[in-house]
Amino acid sequence: MYPEEYRYTEEHEWVEVDGDQATIGITHHAQDQLGDVVFVELPKVGIQLHATISFGTVESVKAVSDIYAPVGGEVVEINESLVDAPEKLNEDPHGDGWLIKIRLSDKNELKNLQTAEEYQKYIAAESES
Amino acid sequence: MATTSTVETLKKTPLNAIHRAAGARMVDFGGWDMPVECSGIIAEHMAVRTGVGLFDVSHMGEIEVRGPQALELVNYVTSNNVAVLVDGQAQYSGLLYPNGGFVDDILVHRIASGHYFLCVNASNQDKDFEWIISQNSFDAEVEFAGPNYVQLAIQGPKALETLSKLTATDLAKIRYYWFERGEVLGVPAIIARTGYTGEDGFEIYVPPEEGERIWAAVAEAGREFGLILCGLGARNTLRLESAMSLYGHEIDGRVTPYEARLGWIVKLDKGDFIGRDALVKQKESGLARRLAGLEMRGRGIARDGYRVWAGSQDAGWVTSGSPAPFLQKNIALCMLPMAASHPGQKVEVAVRQRLVEAEVVPTPFYSRKN
Repeated sequence: MYPEEYRYTEEHEWVEVDGDQATIGITHHAQDQLGDVVFVELPKVGIQLHATISFGTVESVKAVSDIYAPVGGEVVEINESLVDAPEKLNEDPHGDGWLIKIRLSDKNELKNLQTAEEYQKYIAAESES
Repeated sequence: MATTSTVETLKKTPLNAIHRAAGARMVDFGGWDMPVECSGIIAEHMAVRTGVGLFDVSHMGEIEVRGPQALELVNYVTSNNVAVLVDGQAQYSGLLYPNGGFVDDILVHRIASGHYFLCVNASNQDKDFEWIISQNSFDAEVEFAGPNYVQLAIQGPKALETLSKLTATDLAKIRYYWFERGEVLGVPAIIARTGYTGEDGFEIYVPPEEGERIWAAVAEAGREFGLILCGLGARNTLRLESAMSLYGHEIDGRVTPYEARLGWIVKLDKGDFIGRDALVKQKESGLARRLAGLEMRGRGIARDGYRVWAGSQDAGWVTSGSPAPFLQKNIALCMLPMAASHPGQKVEVAVRQRLVEAEVVPTPFYSRKN
């Protein structure tokens, strides 16, 4: 369910690193909590993101949820297909439902994130509380 | 992302264990632990528009009024005219404060002469009961009857065929906003052709100890029509498409029926009732504001509480806003100055840091064909 090579945040985003670039999305748990996603708002290419700062919004039928940058970097690509097919976030949150790609500012920031194992323990504890 | 609150402190309906076992997503709704979605709001919404859906609405409150002057009491505390009801007839009405604002919006059922059955909002039921008691200078008894009933809503074009399998009552003969006292699975039931979805359907009131058995039987009876279990999320989008008011959103203690476009539940000529004087004055002086329907024209979803701008002025607010799954539009109800409340009016909704174009449209957004 949660790819081993990804890193995760407590706000339920994931990061996949490929050299100096990273792909960012929301987790399966996040989309499950949100329900049917109907609207996605993403930053423009070229915008500089900072770790832990909100960069976009995902809306389901019932809720609005901010998305936070797991790590800093410049936006190099956004997933345009989500405009017409936001349901991809429900169907394939860790794949086709990716949100943005960035050029990493500081790879050291990745150390602050959770591994797949840590994240799964985190959401298990969160749903019990 | 939101997390769950402490479940132990929440009130539960007799079907709570069934919902949890079915894997429904539960939320704190006005102090009740209720299913918000079961298989997804869009799927549930569409099932009700095209087939049939089953809702547990046992959190709703019931108040029964009995006695020689039951009619006089209910007529005094509500805005619609209870005197026109006959046995087996139901009526939408307002329980109002002296200022004309809503204590609650309710359904009044006449069970018999001298016996009225009120269905009230879950989170208002204690307040409503105390309010009615405080106004009771009549020869009437008021009973808080919420715990006596499980209330199920079977809604959709296939609701009649579904429920018919479980009762000998001829459901086709029950007209909209009428009810019968009959049996479901051999259990005494109030079977009302009412609902909060804008679709045909029934609301049934049965003894709580029979709730689980009847719930399961209705679910099974509707299976061939694609029945799915529905939560409060779909209940909200369905009522919003039909432009029905929700207490705490469109209406509250500061909003009058006229402002909420519910003038049809105000019968000024029926005799004195609480709120009448204020409503007479408001009718004479004219409305400063009223509810209006909006359709988003730009890309963005209006949500509850967002500000609405008209003519470069911050003019009002969204009372309820959401995507409309059947209409496939983003719609909202909002409170606007009278001058800006007419269909065709261009407005803007403040969605986070942007103003998104919208237009006032006639309501309801959706009305069924049959």
